[in-house]
Amino acid sequence: MKITEPTDQGRREFIGKAAGAAAVAVAPGVFLHSVAESAPRADPVTSKVRWGMLIDTSKCADGCTACVQACDLENGLDLQQKPEGETESAWDQQRSKWIRKVKVRDNLTGRVTGMPVMCQHCEYPPCVDVCPTGASFRRADGVVMVDRHICIGCRYCMMACPYKARSFIHEVVEVKLTSAPRGKGCVESCNFCVHRLDNGGTTTACQDACAKDGHAAILFGDIRDPNSPVSKALAQYSSTQIRPELKLNTGVRYHDL
Amino acid sequence: MSASATRRLLATLVGVALAASAGVAAADKNWKQNGNSKATGLEQCVRPTGEIRRYHMDLLKHQRDITVHQGVRKTTDALAGCIDCHANKDAQGKPVPVDAAGQFCLSCHAFAAVHLDCFQCHSTVPAGK
Repeated sequence: MKITEPTDQGRREFIGKAAGAAAVAVAPGVFLHSVAESAPRADPVTSKVRWGMLIDTSKCADGCTACVQACDLENGLDLQQKPEGETESAWDQQRSKWIRKVKVRDNLTGRVTGMPVMCQHCEYPPCVDVCPTGASFRRADGVVMVDRHICIGCRYCMMACPYKARSFIHEVVEVKLTSAPRGKGCVESCNFCVHRLDNGGTTTACQDACAKDGHAAILFGDIRDPNSPVSKALAQYSSTQIRPELKLNTGVRYHDL
Repeated sequence: MSASATRRLLATLVGVALAASAGVAAADKNWKQNGNSKATGLEQCVRPTGEIRRYHMDLLKHQRDITVHQGVRKTTDALAGCIDCHANKDAQGKPVPVDAAGQFCLSCHAFAAVHLDCFQCHSTVPAGK
């Protein structure tokens, strides 16, 4: 900064612009609540929004993996290459997966329920508690993510996660997508397709795929907005968290589990 | 041969080698003349050239934190923007990785002997969204 420049110039400019913007927004009265625009996000995310999901297990079809495949395509997980000489079963255990199709059986009644399990985007995420570098973090809008720039690959978060949601990248990744950077030595997990959300999108790849296949078992949206479809569904139907006794207040809820 | 003569001969040889390698590469020091990326047709980068040369690493590091932690994507300082603009296309129209020998990023980084860590995770060509 030059000596001749007043020290609070930047602050003054900011306040001036902020006041102008507020006036524009308030005057017509309609834009008090900002509409979902399809442009890249210019302002930081806030806690006024909390992204969440309701999964109706009764609609989740047995044998269907549409959500998993869509996630793989969207986030470049299909671009991972099996290392030479590794067995298929070992690779299946090791490769990064953001969604797992899981079947649970009630031993008393024998009822089997199938459902996709991904990062549950907890309000109090254990993965964030244990991270020694601060790489595992919860964004203001409720998305739990890994900052790969500061992840050292210790995998404490994988141990801490009760949902087995995180994966470690063991090998060099040759081909990556611009929207989904990925490299050897970092942990990763579902991020609610954050590149879509930040670019004005309001859906995730898994939700779109499930709806396209006619199941519509996945409902995604802002659970802080009482008028969003997901909030309305949560108010109407019974839902539960997986492992509610941990009191993590997950962002992903299940109906008919 | 005297020491100074040896030195002069060595300098000439290195000069010839450098000139030869410059002719092969698609975009080295003269990336603007030799390349065909979007950037070749532009007057200047998102900041004045001198500023970009000196501070691009700081801009990128600042932006990565804002993007990852705050979700801000409307910016001129994103790495994806650099790659989108500076990736050349080969004869088949396929984009050439910006960190390939002689390409935009590596031509300077190799000369300055500064390791490029961005592309361990980030794509080196415009790929998808």
